[in-house]
Amino acid sequence: MRLGVPGSRRAIILGVAALAVAAVIAPALPSYPLTLLTQVAIMAVLAMSLDLLLGYTGLASLGHAAYFGTAAYAVGILSTERQAGFVTCLVAGVVLATITAALFGLIAIRATGQYFLMITLALGMVVWGLAFRWVSLTKGDNGIAGVPRPELPLPWSLSAPLPFFYFALVAAALAWAALGTLARSPFGLTLKGIRESETRMRALGYDVWLHKYLAFVIAGGFAGFAGVLWAWYNGFVSPVDVQLVTSVETLLMVALGGPGTLAGPALGAAAIVFLKNFVSVYTKRWLLILGAVYIGVILFAPRGILGALRSPNR
Amino acid sequence: MTPEFWVTQTFNGLSYGALLFLLASGLSLIFGVMRVVNLAHGSYFMLGGYVGLSVVWRTGSFVLALVAGALALAVVGIFMERVFLRRLPGQTLGQVLMTIGFALIFQDLALLIWGGDPYSIRPPALLSGVVTAGPGRFPVYRIFIVVVAVVIGAALWLALDRTRVGAMIRAAVDDPEMAQGVGIRVPRVSLGVFALGAALAAFGGVVGAGFLGVYPGLDIEILPYAFVVVIVGGLGSLPGAMVGSLLVGLLDNFGKALFPELSYFTLFAPMALILALKPTGLFGRT
Amino acid sequence: MNRVRLVALAVLLAFAAPLAAPPGAPAQSAPIKIGFLAPLTGPFAQIGKDMVNGNQLYLAEIGGQVAGRKIEVIVEDDEGNPATALNKSRKLVDQDKVAILTGGMLANVGYALQPYIDAQKIPSTFPVIAADDLTQRKPAKWIVRTGWATSQPMHPFGEWTLKNTKFKKIAAIGMDYAFGYEIIGGFQQVFEEGGGQIVQRIWAPLNTNDFAPFLAQIRRDADAVLALFTGRLALQFLKQYQEAGLKDKLPLLGGGTLTDETVLPQMGDEAIGVVTALHYSQALDNATNVKFNKAFEASAGKIASYYSEATYTNARWIVEAIKAAGGKVEDRDAMLAALRRVDLKETARGPLRVDDFGNPIQNIYIRKVERVGGKLQNTVIATYPAVSQFWKYKPDEYMKRPLYSRDYPPCKYCQ
Repeated sequence: MRLGVPGSRRAIILGVAALAVAAVIAPALPSYPLTLLTQVAIMAVLAMSLDLLLGYTGLASLGHAAYFGTAAYAVGILSTERQAGFVTCLVAGVVLATITAALFGLIAIRATGQYFLMITLALGMVVWGLAFRWVSLTKGDNGIAGVPRPELPLPWSLSAPLPFFYFALVAAALAWAALGTLARSPFGLTLKGIRESETRMRALGYDVWLHKYLAFVIAGGFAGFAGVLWAWYNGFVSPVDVQLVTSVETLLMVALGGPGTLAGPALGAAAIVFLKNFVSVYTKRWLLILGAVYIGVILFAPRGILGALRSPNR
Repeated sequence: MTPEFWVTQTFNGLSYGALLFLLASGLSLIFGVMRVVNLAHGSYFMLGGYVGLSVVWRTGSFVLALVAGALALAVVGIFMERVFLRRLPGQTLGQVLMTIGFALIFQDLALLIWGGDPYSIRPPALLSGVVTAGPGRFPVYRIFIVVVAVVIGAALWLALDRTRVGAMIRAAVDDPEMAQGVGIRVPRVSLGVFALGAALAAFGGVVGAGFLGVYPGLDIEILPYAFVVVIVGGLGSLPGAMVGSLLVGLLDNFGKALFPELSYFTLFAPMALILALKPTGLFGRT
Repeated sequence: MNRVRLVALAVLLAFAAPLAAPPGAPAQSAPIKIGFLAPLTGPFAQIGKDMVNGNQLYLAEIGGQVAGRKIEVIVEDDEGNPATALNKSRKLVDQDKVAILTGGMLANVGYALQPYIDAQKIPSTFPVIAADDLTQRKPAKWIVRTGWATSQPMHPFGEWTLKNTKFKKIAAIGMDYAFGYEIIGGFQQVFEEGGGQIVQRIWAPLNTNDFAPFLAQIRRDADAVLALFTGRLALQFLKQYQEAGLKDKLPLLGGGTLTDETVLPQMGDEAIGVVTALHYSQALDNATNVKFNKAFEASAGKIASYYSEATYTNARWIVEAIKAAGGKVEDRDAMLAALRRVDLKETARGPLRVDDFGNPIQNIYIRKVERVGGKLQNTVIATYPAVSQFWKYKPDEYMKRPLYSRDYPPCKYCQ
């Protein structure tokens, strides 16, 4: 699969346009589509975080939900047991996700290629097992309910759908800006080089292991950011948030939208959220359709939707 | 811990490892020739079980079920490889991602065709019952699983080691370009091995159906086991799959029996150990 | 336009579609919309199907109408996933404007929906979700349970075991999650109060498929084993229990789902003699149940389980409440009050009404698996009438104790 598309300025324009459109039409939307858009914003952050790893560094992870869920649990536990506020939850969630990624990265980055895929799956399952087993902390499969929305010193309460949507949109925009800056920095370019050829980069004197490790940890941190938003959005955290299916769906979002572009995975997140919710209203076979769409896109648009829209004849 | 405990648990670990071998050997082989981790492998196992189930319902023959399951999934494997995977030559990541798409489709198709009830195959009378010998109780079906795994393992080994086809496969695994250069039709070998891997998984699924049953969600549940076996044993290695499955079967079983509080994590202990010592697995190529 | 671009644009358009929300119908003679959540995909798809079929059967029997208004059921797939359930609930409540929300299967779905339902003030019923605490320490105001509470059948079962068997020491083994903790906890509470001893509490992870290491841990000096498994785990456990030679040595007791009718037809001789407790058995011989079973088998092609009876009776419950409210489902407070006041003298499972916390007071049946007419069934061997979720305890005393969990009740007699 050819990853990474040149001409990222087009991606930026597209992304900004999408953000603007979303911000403008939101007040006119009925609340159900609005909540779907909110989900898209949060999932976009998760997908973009994985894109740093997959699209830019060339490492496909099947355990990304682990960092997403860890942060969500941090928020869930702290806000319900300790009445922690906005800043505490945000910082704790992202920090915990980053630490988990730092620990797991030490194990995972040892492996190369396909092993990485399988090991990240196994590590994700360890977190899932913990979520079930550590009942005193996580309440096991019952999950943690009643997670309150954060209270910000703003005139609007985040408990209402529209203000929370803007909150999520701003968060997504910030994440996009941060990841985009990182991707265009020398660090990001090195990652792309590693994706193309590790041996070449090593020969050129780059510390390949360190770059991969950092990408892994940063991706984990941003996944944690998405997890914090998710916990606030749903008001609920459960082991489902760290299960394998969630990791697979994240991977689907990146591959579908266009790896290595950041905007692509955001688009992929939108596509999958809407595909799941729209198609499942009309047919129980939405999973089959999702699989077929996925295969179709990989076959006919190997660089994802964004890649195809941009320059289909490359 | 009584002698009965040790004997029974060792046997249980061995028989579970035998089933894991049937599951994971195909995954390892497929990787060997195609460098693709087939994420639809759990689906092959599950679909094999379902096909076997239908055959048993229709004809009552367990042997026919085994054959039918293996053949059916060999066909599916050929279809997947020829029509889809081959269109992405060299794009290993794309191929892996494509297998995910197939896994989703297979999951839904299985639900559509067989419904959501959990089933199991009643083994033929010959394979039912229990053999007691000394302090141990050995369910006959579990002995059967061990015997089958040993036979299949031996057959695979001999085929790879002694036959011309086996030599071609080994050549294609070692260095596809060279193999192509000396006249080996590598694409055909790849297709053959993919079909074999699928058939092995499906065969394991039918055998497993008599023991674990077959139910929706089996594909996702069994996949981590396959992965841990090949991580421990090394991708692309038959001896790796053998040793890996034995180790995983024994360690998982004993782990759960001796450290029940850590039951959720006993599967990953052997994996963590191997990663610390030899990240490409016991028999993996560095 | 290039083929690839077409494909890409088609996918893009796919997600523009749901933004076009359909308009809602206003008038009073408009249909009564009921939102129905069930797992239609994933590992619980069959149970979801049973639930939908049970609901549909009852509504078909009454002609799909009540109080002069047509009933429209909107079924949504919650995938057995709390986040999806929340999502679909938002769709049902905000977009489809349902008057009543019902369904759901898993405990965590129930806990996830509870704050949403109370915030939205939408009258809801849970026909299957059994998580104890939903109607105990933090009861939801807007939810009425028409099914059961997990530990509800196990309290009388503990007493039954003390009075009708010679079992004094019982080893317990269950699935390592809240449903398991509450089933075994409920039994242990009453059993130990009456002088019995639970000598082991073994928990097996939800993704177990080889029970050998757990069966090896069961103490052979116990008098009996109490097991809790559902679905394919129940199937596998019973088979392996027999293979390990334990069936003949240690009689098996269980939570109702160990032998319920979603798995019983797939079992063999290994299930015979297993004694369980639940608020329903397909083999109940009251007139309503016989009629229900016949109709269900004819329409769904398989025997009824407690899931299908749950939604069948739940549909009747909702219809009776609508009748009592004079068809005015838009008056939510009146609707909720009506839901809490329904009192059915005879249903497929016997008499049914709810307590002040919104949980059923109903018969609990002790059942034994027997082969009758060539088929396995849960023959009822004892009945405890009008059992509440608190058993014989006073509610506030009961709730002073912790919720049954992995560590509660503690295993006093474990070694």
